Amino acid sequence: MYDFAYHKPATLADAVKLLAADPDAKAISGGHTLIPALKLRLNRPSALVDLSGIAEMKGIRREGDALVIGALARHVEVAENAEVKAAIPALAYLAAHIGDVQVRNRGTIGGSLANNDPAADYPAAVLGLGATLHTSKRKIAADDFFLGMFTTALEPDEILVAVSFPIPERAGYAKMKNPASRYVMAGAFVSKGPMGVRVAINGAGPCVFRQAAMEAALAANWSPEAVAAIKQDPEGLNSDIHGSAEYRAHLVTVMAKRAVAAAG
Amino acid sequence: MPQVTLTVNGKQHTVEVEGRTLLVELLREKLRLTGTHVGCDPSQCGACVVHVNGDSVKSCTTLAVMCEGAQVTTIEGLAAPDGTLHPMQEAFREYHALQCGFCTPGMVMSAVDLVRKNPQGLSEKEIREGLEGNLCRCTGYHNIVKAIAAAQEVMHGRRASLAAAAE
Repeated sequence: MYDFAYHKPATLADAVKLLAADPDAKAISGGHTLIPALKLRLNRPSALVDLSGIAEMKGIRREGDALVIGALARHVEVAENAEVKAAIPALAYLAAHIGDVQVRNRGTIGGSLANNDPAADYPAAVLGLGATLHTSKRKIAADDFFLGMFTTALEPDEILVAVSFPIPERAGYAKMKNPASRYVMAGAFVSKGPMGVRVAINGAGPCVFRQAAMEAALAANWSPEAVAAIKQDPEGLNSDIHGSAEYRAHLVTVMAKRAVAAAG
Repeated sequence: MPQVTLTVNGKQHTVEVEGRTLLVELLREKLRLTGTHVGCDPSQCGACVVHVNGDSVKSCTTLAVMCEGAQVTTIEGLAAPDGTLHPMQEAFREYHALQCGFCTPGMVMSAVDLVRKNPQGLSEKEIREGLEGNLCRCTGYHNIVKAIAAAQEVMHGRRASLAAAAE
């Protein structure tokens, strides 16, 4: 790992200033993606801006018909939070099944979303629930946030502060994990509620995406059988040593069925 | 050069580090606490697990500078000052839960955290799931799981000793 300067700002405004002043600086929260990348020298930031001391990025609270989760909430906090379990149990389930115990003790929802790994779990929940991302500059709809592999709408000096999840009538998540790495080979987050019927697929393609044919089928008939016959086109899906695009396309249908069954 | 002040096994240290210094490097190279191991390096194997502010974490994927003010416990801090082993350590010995021993410090630290946070008791399946972040390449999982199942009875006071837990 190359060395870097280290800053720990106490406020969001100071963190934004530090990132704006140095285009080679990077933000860090749990570090469970960034630190391994730094070790491999895939990245060479001049400075790390540690967000963990910023109070306005913390906390999980119910605000009317939405659940607002601060970007610094660790996976274990989302998994065990009583408000999350009551309002969106599928989200608590998702958080409880990210990586392993130690990853969940350090990794944060904001870090996972800002990184947008194709095999990450949280992007599926954000897109599948039609959440709104609150940043240091603006509010971004989930549909406009995930732009491509490891790419989001966030600007270099823009920090994700919180995520607001509209509370659905029902929601479910299912994924097929790679047996060695535990990363998602294909996953589906489905929901029905104020944002309509939504089906978000993660792990299968270079970026999380919505499955329109499944959404239409579920809007007409909310049941696992409704999606069972819908085939995902393998064109453009990931193909690697862990699985071919055709295999992942097959998994998409299976995971969507399981997610609907889990949602009840 | 940044300085970090943290408490390790009850003793406060102020150490000069680089921004890039990992917690495991601080523990092993600066404080000479070499019980914490580095196995894989990219946070897969769990040989480096220690407790930071009461949570098990992979010290190979934690920057030392981010541990300012933290309470850290390593495998060296588990036994009593007189050398009496922690019930989890005793159980690992009793149940032959190790072969080469390389993964053992991380296994024990993960297991202690897992048992502490589940006072209601863990099933065999839950113990296995709780160890997802720890790899043993001697394929010793079976006895590790047995050791943890026995140790939880002692740690939560349901049995007075491991001998009683085995009955």
